Amino acid sequence: MVERTPILNFFTHLILFAGFIFCVAPFVIVAIAASHNLKDVNDVPMSLLPGSDFWVNIKTAWTTADLGPKLLNSFIMAFGVAAGKVIVSALTAFSIVYFRYPGRMLIFWLIFITLMLPLEVRIVPTYAVVANVLEPYQAILDLTGLSWLIEKVSGVQVQLSLGLLNSYSGLILPLVATATGTFLYRQFFLTVPDELTEAARMDGAGALRFFVDILLPLSRNNMAALGTIMFLWAWNQYLWPLLITTDQSHAMAVTELKQLIPNVGGAPEWHIAMAGTLIVMLPPLIVVVLMQRWFVRGLIATEK
Amino acid sequence: MEKRVTFGRWTIGILFAVPQLLLIFTFFYWPAGQAVYWSLTLQQPWGGGNIWVGLDNFRSILSNADYWNSITASLVFAATSTGLAMVIALVLAALTDRQLAGSWLYRVVLIWPYGIAAPALAMAFRFILAPEAGFMAVVNKVWPGFWDPGLDGADAMASVIIAFSWKYVGYNFIFFLAAFQAIPRSLIEAAAMDGSGVIRRFRDIQFPLITPTIFFLLVINITESFQDSFGIVDIMTAGGPANATNLMVYKIYSDGFKGLDYSGAAAQSIILMLLIIALTIVQFRFIERRVHYR
Repeated sequence: MVERTPILNFFTHLILFAGFIFCVAPFVIVAIAASHNLKDVNDVPMSLLPGSDFWVNIKTAWTTADLGPKLLNSFIMAFGVAAGKVIVSALTAFSIVYFRYPGRMLIFWLIFITLMLPLEVRIVPTYAVVANVLEPYQAILDLTGLSWLIEKVSGVQVQLSLGLLNSYSGLILPLVATATGTFLYRQFFLTVPDELTEAARMDGAGALRFFVDILLPLSRNNMAALGTIMFLWAWNQYLWPLLITTDQSHAMAVTELKQLIPNVGGAPEWHIAMAGTLIVMLPPLIVVVLMQRWFVRGLIATEK
Repeated sequence: MEKRVTFGRWTIGILFAVPQLLLIFTFFYWPAGQAVYWSLTLQQPWGGGNIWVGLDNFRSILSNADYWNSITASLVFAATSTGLAMVIALVLAALTDRQLAGSWLYRVVLIWPYGIAAPALAMAFRFILAPEAGFMAVVNKVWPGFWDPGLDGADAMASVIIAFSWKYVGYNFIFFLAAFQAIPRSLIEAAAMDGSGVIRRFRDIQFPLITPTIFFLLVINITESFQDSFGIVDIMTAGGPANATNLMVYKIYSDGFKGLDYSGAAAQSIILMLLIIALTIVQFRFIERRVHYR
């Protein structure tokens, strides 16, 4: 505040408060609707005083959509993606920043380009690859004539096949295969003073030792930020899990929500739907609230 | 920027990059190449491989009224939701940056919506905007038949846009606020000393200094509106009514996986890829400029 502007201050508060309501209202409405019974939730206008059926509705939604195992699946997938990103990106950034080898810039650009095309856009062929992850390698063997050679020499016909549909690795790996984290680490590694590397080398540390004992502990902040962002991002994935988990035992909490949409013609069970929505919304919301600092930091650092 | 001190054994260096390279080859480059291949061939219905058809898939897509309808819907969606989310976020961030009492609350809360999964918030808005229950029902009671996203395409589009904007206001807010806070306080104070008011300072100092952020967010919002809209559309409208909200990614999904038309879906993917690449190139040009700006 540089000067006294009472009128403007009043409007500032007014508009900000309106924005606050705009952001919070949907959460509140979902929570209130989840506490009504079938009749009250369909009242026009719906009462904004919480009803008494909150836990009953939560329980019904929980069992109808079988949310227990689904939430567990979501957690496994989100942790897997976050951990995969944090580890794989660190390794790659270390390689790009701390070594000079032929083709280094090529690798840099190969990774950089992956930032451009999100999974949603190349969804159909990625699905085909996950149905058999070794297909690319089979095709390369076929094209180069190697499989013909192997068949001639050893009499074994090369048929590489490994399906990852309905598996955690099929869910997780394609989501790890982008460059988001690599550049976060790269920017950070570039700010690590050279003297530190020199000192470590003088003390006899090799590349691996330097990476594990010096660089990784220094990047703790980056890891927390990247991990938070990736956890949320993975938790909120929808299209990808929807496609590759045809088997109920691998379905995610977010994709199961669809089961709770009230049928046209049936009783509009919005109270159950909202209870389910609340359960699915809660974990990422808790992460955002608790990890806000890392979340904001990661968001700004990964996108720029 | 390059490191002066590096490690000598570069074979080890390459090993560190191998996991990432394997992943992006298998799940990025191969599928992307496959999409190009499929878009140029036609799969035989009873197996027996693909036959080369050149650009026929693209021709049939581009002469299809449904596809143009989907492009128009996507563009309307992208323009409206981006505009809404950015303007609201800009106003809120500019006001929060005035740092009046209680502004910490807005800094904390306005970010929440961005953490929510698109399908979950779509479900919430499906209820809030439902014509027979929830809150639009009140309006319908006063003007019967005013609002029905199940039948009226424009209403359905509006619901999808509201849900998407709600999420992205939080996202844009974070970036705008960071940009405002990066402007040196002394600059604002000097301008105030010279007698310029709040509006004038915003127009002549703050706004020009955050233009790079505006361009950056513009591109990100448009790109996200192509991909993050899928969950919202699938839960709220399923592309209907009468294809009014059949956005591009949703159409790729329904043609490819429900209609089993891989070649057509691949051709659509290629067109979408080109669109997004073009947007990204535009973004990089602005990033170049931002460096000059400082």
